[in-house]
Amino acid sequence: MSAQHNVEHHEEPASFAFDAESEAQIEKILKRYPEGKQASGVIPLLYVAQKQMGRATGSAWVPRVAMDTIAERLGMAPIRVYEVATFYFMFNTKPIGRFHLQVCGTTPCWLRGSDEVLRACKEAGHLKGYGDTSADGMFTLTEVECLGGCVNAPILQVDDDYYEDLDYESTVKLIESLKRGERPKPGSAKGRLCSAPEGGPEVLLDIPLSEGK
Amino acid sequence: MALSDKDRIFTNLYGIHPWGLKEARRRGNWDGTAGLIAKGRDWIIEEVKQSGLRGRGGAGFPTGMKWSFMPKSNPDGRPSYLVVNCDESEPGTCKDRDIVRNDPHTLIEGCLLAGVAMGAHAGYIYIRGEYYNEHLVLQAAIDEAYEAGLLGRNAAGGGWDFDLYVHRGAGAYICGEETALIESLEGKKGMPRLKPPFPAAVGLYGCPTTVNNVETIAVVPTILRRGASWFSSFGRPKNSGTKIFCIQGHVNKPCNIEAEMSIPMRELIERYAGGVRGGWDNLLAVIPGGSSTPLLPKHICDDVLMDFDALREHRTGLGTASVIVMDKSTDIIKAIARLAAFYKHESCGQCTPCREGMGWQKRLMDRMVEGRAEIEEIDLLEGVTRQIEGHTICALADGGVWPVQGLIRHFRPLMEERIRQYKQKHGGGMPLAAE
Repeated sequence: MSAQHNVEHHEEPASFAFDAESEAQIEKILKRYPEGKQASGVIPLLYVAQKQMGRATGSAWVPRVAMDTIAERLGMAPIRVYEVATFYFMFNTKPIGRFHLQVCGTTPCWLRGSDEVLRACKEAGHLKGYGDTSADGMFTLTEVECLGGCVNAPILQVDDDYYEDLDYESTVKLIESLKRGERPKPGSAKGRLCSAPEGGPEVLLDIPLSEGK
Repeated sequence: MALSDKDRIFTNLYGIHPWGLKEARRRGNWDGTAGLIAKGRDWIIEEVKQSGLRGRGGAGFPTGMKWSFMPKSNPDGRPSYLVVNCDESEPGTCKDRDIVRNDPHTLIEGCLLAGVAMGAHAGYIYIRGEYYNEHLVLQAAIDEAYEAGLLGRNAAGGGWDFDLYVHRGAGAYICGEETALIESLEGKKGMPRLKPPFPAAVGLYGCPTTVNNVETIAVVPTILRRGASWFSSFGRPKNSGTKIFCIQGHVNKPCNIEAEMSIPMRELIERYAGGVRGGWDNLLAVIPGGSSTPLLPKHICDDVLMDFDALREHRTGLGTASVIVMDKSTDIIKAIARLAAFYKHESCGQCTPCREGMGWQKRLMDRMVEGRAEIEEIDLLEGVTRQIEGHTICALADGGVWPVQGLIRHFRPLMEERIRQYKQKHGGGMPLAAE
């Protein structure tokens, strides 16, 4: 269950309207659902709003007025949108830093050293702990539950990207790159190919390929 | 004998080759799909039944039988839906991720064939929100399939209309439960529904629906092409087929691997994952099938087979086949306490035994990690887990108490020892508090 314990005051914008890029996405999204079932679009539209806020302000979150806009668009009571926005963990209902550092702390990552990833985030990102946003507004630190990349543990998710097979040093390096405005390629810090073992795949090297049809 | 590449269904599990349609066809996907559709709905279901395929999402329900529950006709005009569960959130599990990002056409072709088998003209793939980059690949692969006429009207030239959509979740383990997933897809909080009615009667938008795991659907085209007897030739009876295992934790080379069912656990770990860190004798315990399945201490791991029935005999399960290995350096109480924290975090809050119980269990487990408890509280903990188990709408709470029960079953002396150590250090007689 999503619970944002930090009740610090933040400024809510007075209004929200979808921009052209968002409108184009919404048009596509709503075609996926049958006539009269447009409520299915509530999670997708919350994402659209969150992304737009990220584009417009550098902080990807969903203000209350955006939820109201979505409710109106989908013909839902505003409370139905609020409850979805607060039930699911991926919607930020208050402003966050420019980069969202999400450390997986569940057992598979913990066994492989997620405590070190957390320590690196705190030290390199100047963060006090989970829930904190750095003074310069660069980073927000969140603990997340299992990200589903466990054979590449430990994992740090930065916004939408998974950085995998991390340790203290590689995490610090990643955060320093982000500070410099670079965006390293997501994936394994050890150079592994997806979920293949370190050192390269030992199977699937001999797949018969037919001539192209 | 180890499974050979020619018998692997997921020929691009690691992304050695491009995921695109042209390359997927060269690997054998979409080969003769129209011919398979032409054989008809009953043939597909019968073939899947004969193959012995059991659901790959954790519960292991026979897939062909599940499909046969769908109505044969829709006299009241309600359409039927296929919903594919790619919520993949069971700690330890990361197999569907590889299918979606590296071998998406196995899944897309499987959706079409499953759609035919259950009389569905539309399917939704519900993918966990965190798999953002993966969903982009999946959507691009679906777009490609539409362009090539493999989806949409007269899909793949087989005379069946089939549309397929991707829907992203937003971070909630509970949405892996099929009725919570349906609720979520309808635009609501992911809270499980009471059953009956089952989704095959009243599912998505009140219509007949079958929810299947990604891997379950993605193996179907190959089963139909190569035959039920080919698939059932792997593994023991009632445990047939090949399976993607996610081997992780304290092994030398964590990886995903498609291997034959019923492979001995030790062979699986040593052949494919480089063995336990520090050698087999350094093994403490293994969680064999994702976080919900109770752990097994080393002496059982020595010769247990990796299949539904063998693991069940040891009061655990194959689950999602996510093998979490822990060596002797592990604080096993803490490892399980972290899982208790996971289930507390993910309880949807609908049923009281789960909402209150997962928090209570976590708090007591946190004290067990320190040893700040009474010996009798181990029995109390065990007793409360039995009160929670089976008393909720869905299986989240069951999955939440099983790891703790497994810990008590196999590591009770360690828990007692920790309590004694704490008392020695801090003096006995601490009052019991209902924290």
